[in-house]
Amino acid sequence: MGFYFAQLLTGLANASSLFLIASGLSIIFGVTRIVNFAHGSFYMIGAYLAYTLVSIWSGSIIGFWGSVILAAMIVGLIGLVIELTILRRIYHAPELFQLVATFGVVLIFQDATLAIWGAEDLLGPRAPGLDRAVRIMGEPIPEYDLALIAIGPVVLLAIWLLFHKTRWGVLVRAATQDREMVGALGVNQAWLFSAAFVLGSFLAGLGGALQIPREAVSLQMDLSIIGEAFVVVVIGGMGSVSGAFVAAVLISVLNAFAILIFPQISIVLPFIVMAIVLIFRPHGLFGKPGSEKGAPEEPERPLALMDQKSAMVLFAALGVLALSPFFTADFTTVLMVDVMVATLFAVSLHFMMGVGGMVSFGHAAYFGVGAYAAAMAVKFLGFGMLPAMIFGPICAAMAALFFGWFCVRLSGVYLAMLTLAAAQILWGVTFQWQEFTGGDDGILGVWPAKWASSDKVFFYIAFVLCVGGIWMLRRAAFSPFGYVLRGIRDSQTRAEAIGVDTRFHQWMGFVLAGGFAGLAGVVFAFSKGSVFPDSLGIAQSIDGLIMVLVGGIHALAGPILGAGAFVLIEDWVTRLDYWRFIFGAIILVVVLLAPDGIAGGIQRLLRMLKGERA
Amino acid sequence: MTRVLEVRDLSKRFGGVQAVKDVSFDLNEGEFLALIGPNGAGKTTCFNMLNGYLKPDSGSVSLRGQALIGHPPRKIWRMGVGRTFQITATFLSMTVVENVQMALISHHRRVFDLFSRATHLYVDEAMALLELVSMQDQAGRACSELAYGDLKRLELAIALAHEPALLLMDEPTAGMAPSERLALMSLTAEIVAKGGVSVVFTEHDMDVVFAHAHRILVLNRGELIAEGNGSEIRANPTVQEVYLGGGSVFEAEGAYA
Repeated sequence: MGFYFAQLLTGLANASSLFLIASGLSIIFGVTRIVNFAHGSFYMIGAYLAYTLVSIWSGSIIGFWGSVILAAMIVGLIGLVIELTILRRIYHAPELFQLVATFGVVLIFQDATLAIWGAEDLLGPRAPGLDRAVRIMGEPIPEYDLALIAIGPVVLLAIWLLFHKTRWGVLVRAATQDREMVGALGVNQAWLFSAAFVLGSFLAGLGGALQIPREAVSLQMDLSIIGEAFVVVVIGGMGSVSGAFVAAVLISVLNAFAILIFPQISIVLPFIVMAIVLIFRPHGLFGKPGSEKGAPEEPERPLALMDQKSAMVLFAALGVLALSPFFTADFTTVLMVDVMVATLFAVSLHFMMGVGGMVSFGHAAYFGVGAYAAAMAVKFLGFGMLPAMIFGPICAAMAALFFGWFCVRLSGVYLAMLTLAAAQILWGVTFQWQEFTGGDDGILGVWPAKWASSDKVFFYIAFVLCVGGIWMLRRAAFSPFGYVLRGIRDSQTRAEAIGVDTRFHQWMGFVLAGGFAGLAGVVFAFSKGSVFPDSLGIAQSIDGLIMVLVGGIHALAGPILGAGAFVLIEDWVTRLDYWRFIFGAIILVVVLLAPDGIAGGIQRLLRMLKGERA
Repeated sequence: MTRVLEVRDLSKRFGGVQAVKDVSFDLNEGEFLALIGPNGAGKTTCFNMLNGYLKPDSGSVSLRGQALIGHPPRKIWRMGVGRTFQITATFLSMTVVENVQMALISHHRRVFDLFSRATHLYVDEAMALLELVSMQDQAGRACSELAYGDLKRLELAIALAHEPALLLMDEPTAGMAPSERLALMSLTAEIVAKGGVSVVFTEHDMDVVFAHAHRILVLNRGELIAEGNGSEIRANPTVQEVYLGGGSVFEAEGAYA
C-alpha cells in the first residue's frame, strides 16, 4: 500500500513541473494563437540559469529560492525580447507560420546553451532545507517532491487570482475567447500579446528552474519536454490553465502507475491518452470550440494553370536535373536524391495542409511507415526492390487510412495534435519493438537491386518515382478531387450543401497524402540502405512543416522551393560548427523577410522588378 | 397543381423551450412561400429541420413523396433541396465560375475524379447558370472580391446547379441595401416563374415578403398562427396583435397594393 502511495506522490510531483510549463504554453496559445515550439527552450534555459545562480549563491534557503525566481524572471525577459523583435512582426502571416520562427529560436538557443554551458550534463545541488526524505507509510519520499506537490496548486491559484481579480487577467481571458472583439473594444493587443508571452515564458523558466534538484540539466531538456507539454495543453483544452492542471495530474499519475505494469509504455502513454481524450472531446477537457483556429486569414487567390512560359522554365529545370548525373560529382547526385525525396515529402504534406486545410504535425509517420514497410518486406519477406517499392506506399496509405479516420473528426490545432499523437505512437512502437523493427539500431542492409545499385541508376529510379509522385499530386490538386478538398477548407457548410460528404472526402485526402509520403519514405530507405526510428520522429515532421511553411503554403510551388532550399542549406551548414545557430538564424531571416514564404517573396520580387507597386 | 413538399406535425424542443410545435404545411410546385415571424419564433429551427441540420423530435417531411427526416444535409441536397445561407457560404479561394462548377461536379458525381482539370469541367453549364442570375460578366473574378449582393446571387446560381425541386433561402436579403433586396427577390421570382422549382424563404423585410410571396406562413412561439396571401395576412387580427403589436405597417395597406 505504502509503495503505491509513494508512486502517487511521485506522479503528483511530476505533475507540478509539467503543469508549470504547460500552463505557460496554454496562455501563450490562448492569447496569441502561436504554437510555441521555443517553450521547451525557455524551460531548458530556466534550468541552466538556475544552476548557475544557485552555484554562485549557494547554501542558503533564500539563495536557492531567490535563484529560482530570478532565473524565471530572466527567462521572462528573454521571452519579451523574442516577442518584440520577431513574433510581433509576423502576427499577420498565415496561420502557424509563427511556429517556424519559434523553431528557429529553438535551434539558436540549443547552440547558445551549448556555447555557454558546454555539452556535459550538469548536476545541480539539492534544495537547502529540503534535501532529505521523509518516511510516509514506510516509504521514503523526498521532501523536495512534497514541496513541488504544493507549488503546483499554489501557482494555479496565483494564476486564477491574476485572471479573475485583475483587469489584465480579464483581458487575457477575453482575448482567449474572442480576440477580434477585444480589439474592437479598444484594447491594445500588441501590449496584451507581449504580456502574455512574458508570463508564459516566466512560467516555463520557473518550471525548468525548479527541476534542478531533481534531474541533471542537459541540452536534451527542451525537445524532451515540449511533446509532453503540448499533450497536456491539448488534453486540458487550448488556452485553459485549470485544464492544463487537470491534464498534467492525469498524465503524470497514470504514468507513475502504468510504468509498474508495462515499463516501456511511458514514451507513448501521454499520446495515447491524448488520442482517446480528443476522440471523445474534440476540444480537450476544458477547451471551447473557436479556440482551434488562429486569426482570420486573407482568402487565397484562385488557382491558375501554369502559363506557357513558366511551363518552359519548369521543363528546362527538370531537364537540367535529369542530366545532372552526367556533369556533377557523385555526391551531388546523392544529394539530389535527398532533395527529390524531401520535395515529394513536402508536396504530400502541402497537399494535406495547403490544399486540404488539415495541418499535420506528424506527417513523418507515413514517411516512416513507407520506409519501414519496404525495409521489413526486403528483410523478412524476401521482397525484391520493386515489389517493396509498391508495398511501402500501400502500407503508408493503410496507416493513414487508420489514423486519418480519427483525425478528420477534428479540425485546426486539435487535428494537428492528433496527427502528432499518431506519429509518436508509431515512433514509440518502432523504437521499442526490438525484435521486429530493430529498435534504435534500425534495419540495415536495405540496398537497391543489383542492377540499380550505382548512384546514377538509382538517381533515375528516384527521379521517376519522386517527380512522378509530385506530378500526380499536382494533377490531383487541380482535379475535381483537389478542388473539392479546397472547397471543404474554404467552407465546410457550402461543401456539405452541394452534396459533398466532407469528412469522407478529407479522409481520402489524408490517405492520398499519406501514401505519397510513404513513397518518399521508400525511396529514402533504399537510398540510405537503412531505416531508423528517426524517420518517423518529430524532427522529421517538423522539417516537413518548415519546408511547406517557409516555401509558402499558399502556392503550389511553395513546398518545392521550400524543400529544395531546406536540403541544400542544411547540407551546407551541417558541415560548420554551431550549425544549428546558423540554420536557426537563416530560418528567422527568411521568416522576417518573407512572411508569405519563399514563393510569396519571389512573386513580390518579380512584381517589383516589373515596376509594379505591390 | 402537384404537391412538392408536405410537412406534418413538426416539433422540436430545446431543453425547456418548445422551439417548434406541431407545424404542418404544404408547398405546391412553382410556389413562392414566405415563413415569417418575430425573432425567436422558430423560423430557423423549422428551416434546419427541413434541410437536415437538426433532427425533429417528431413529425415528418416529405419531398415529392420521399421522406427527408433522418438524412444528413448532403443527402437532402441529392434528393433535390438547394439552399442559400443567411451568411453567404461560398468557396472564397476560387473564381465565381469555379464556385458554380463545384456544384456541377458534385451534381455529376465527379468529386473523386483525380485526373481531370476541374476548371475545364462543365464550363458551359456553369456559365448558363451565371447568366440566369446575371453574373456572367464576373465569371472570372475571384469570389473573395465580390460585393455582398453579388455573393448572394452567386449562391443562388450554386443552389440551382442541381436542378432542385425545392429551394430553401434563409433570410436571403439580410445585410443588403433595400434596392438590392427587391432586385434579388425579383430575380428569384423570375426563376420560380420559369417553372421547375419552388421556394421557401424566411425574411424579416416585409416589403420583400409582401411584394413577392405567393403565400405567407406566420410563426409565433413555435406555432403556426396564420396562413394566407399578403392581404389576408395583413388583415389578420391575431397576426397584427402578436407579430407586430401596434405597428403602422398594416394601416398603410395601400402601399403594397
